[in-house]
Amino acid sequence: MRKNKMLTAFAVLVFAFLMIPLLIITVTAFGGGSAITFPIDSFSLKWFGNVFALKSFRRSFLTSLEVAFLATLIALLVGVPAAYALARSNIRGKQMLKSIFLSPTIVPGIVIGFILYQFLILTLRIPVFASLLAGHFMVTLPYVIRVVGSSMEQFDFSVEEAAWSLGCPKGAAFFKVVLPNVTSGISSAFMLAFINSFNNIPVSMFLSGPGISTFPSTLMNYIEYNYDPTVSAVSVLLMAATVVIMVIVDRTLGIAALAK
Amino acid sequence: MAFMTLDQIDVSYDKKKQILKGLSLDVEKGELVSLLGPSGCGKSTTLRVVAGFIDPQNGSFTLDGEDMTRVPVHKRNFGIVFQSYALFPHLSVFDNVAFGLRTRKIGKEVIEKKVMEILEVCGLTEFRDRFPKQMSGGQRQRVALARALVIEPKLLLLDEPLSNLDAKLRVSMRVEIKRLQKKLGITTLFVTHDQEECFSISDKVAVMNGGVIEQYDTPEHIYSKPATEFVARFIGFENFLTLQHVGESRYQAPDGSRFLVDMECPADDFAGTIRPDDIRLAQNGQTENVLDGTVGVRTFLGKSYQYEVNTAAGVLRVNMNTSHEFSEGENIRLYLPSEKLVLVRR
Repeated sequence: MRKNKMLTAFAVLVFAFLMIPLLIITVTAFGGGSAITFPIDSFSLKWFGNVFALKSFRRSFLTSLEVAFLATLIALLVGVPAAYALARSNIRGKQMLKSIFLSPTIVPGIVIGFILYQFLILTLRIPVFASLLAGHFMVTLPYVIRVVGSSMEQFDFSVEEAAWSLGCPKGAAFFKVVLPNVTSGISSAFMLAFINSFNNIPVSMFLSGPGISTFPSTLMNYIEYNYDPTVSAVSVLLMAATVVIMVIVDRTLGIAALAK
Repeated sequence: MAFMTLDQIDVSYDKKKQILKGLSLDVEKGELVSLLGPSGCGKSTTLRVVAGFIDPQNGSFTLDGEDMTRVPVHKRNFGIVFQSYALFPHLSVFDNVAFGLRTRKIGKEVIEKKVMEILEVCGLTEFRDRFPKQMSGGQRQRVALARALVIEPKLLLLDEPLSNLDAKLRVSMRVEIKRLQKKLGITTLFVTHDQEECFSISDKVAVMNGGVIEQYDTPEHIYSKPATEFVARFIGFENFLTLQHVGESRYQAPDGSRFLVDMECPADDFAGTIRPDDIRLAQNGQTENVLDGTVGVRTFLGKSYQYEVNTAAGVLRVNMNTSHEFSEGENIRLYLPSEKLVLVRR
């Protein structure tokens, strides 16, 4: 087959567009100067040390992990049954219900953040951490319903009926037959939701308080006052962590499972 | 009372569309009964009512003297084979078949023994550790059958189980199903839209149309004596004549040609019907059951030619063997034997 040269050139261009900024960031992280420069004039690893030295980074990193993990877990607990119900039933207004579940993705995050701040913190006086969790739950739920829903829709529900007919009550059949066949959907929903929660700024910005701040918010605060390569070093560490996670996922589930 | 009885079953999904209209059906123990009909006639819905997937609005379902109408699916103990086979994709053949036994508290050794027995009967012993996606359609079909049979069900329900197989496999599988069904003596309901498949394996056939059973009888009887015009059309009667009852066994077509028919007049609104295969050429001197016609379009069917013959009583389709060809426009005299001419309700 003859290769399409235009297509190849275009692919290279897009790839470069995506990769070059990451490369530049990586290089700047190793700079010795006190400001981010490219190219770097001297080599140093001190900014990586600085990342671990900063207490606010450590604390907010743990907060972010905790929030992302809990919010994703709750979103799965709510979203998986919801996706099942949507795929299984033929109730009227199914399309509308779906749209409602997916609506947080089309409302600007900043609006959601502000409204939750107004409603949860100012009006209901709910503690900051619980509010933050609620906000992240709201942001991650659509991803769970979307991804798990599409894998549920590919599932042949006569398999579930077969389980019933073989003496398995409905509840047990869900766990024995339905869940094992949508695991790829659930794991990709987990990844997507987790990453979205971890990266989220607009909602987190409003829902932070004394001692509680997410990692991206802390990072943003830091950049406002310090334009040093610590931020680049953080980025490099995050990228490395992502690569490690992706390799583990690929070895255990296969990257293809995420693309499904 | 019959072994299995459906009595006046009504099913509707919403107020406008009624799927089953007062459907009643009796099945004797050990029989294989087919539900035959075009798509949308309610045959699958009937099966799903029996299986317990659909609750009928009205009517009752009794099995062996026990009212099953409101018994939940998992307590019915029926074996079901689905059109898509519906094997558990994440389980091996052995685990698929063992699934129904594990839900009943049975010892491990007994399960192992029973599963291996049924795998042997279905010719699947060597596949016990395979997964469904590693198997062909015919093999999956047999796993589905083994899985349904191993629980020793009170009823076996087959929902178009052969429609995803190629033609050759379909024939051998249906013989296999019949053999297993007779060997185990298990009462079976079989849903299909394929009349050949259905006639070949059924003890009785219920032909369905629009949510009711049009005719319920042995395959032989339905084949030769359909009761209604719908049934006749569905099983290959293509010629319909408007007839008038003019005397004992005597009928007249609008053009005046006279017919003798070996059966009682079934209703006020009726038609005479005959298969294209059963029409012959008239002998000299025959005057009854004869129609004059001219040959129209000819098509080749393999073992015969089919002619469209224009007669005074309408266009008739006639199959003739290939030893003689008639050409378009030729005049022929057709003979419709009295024992082959059937009267059906309209």
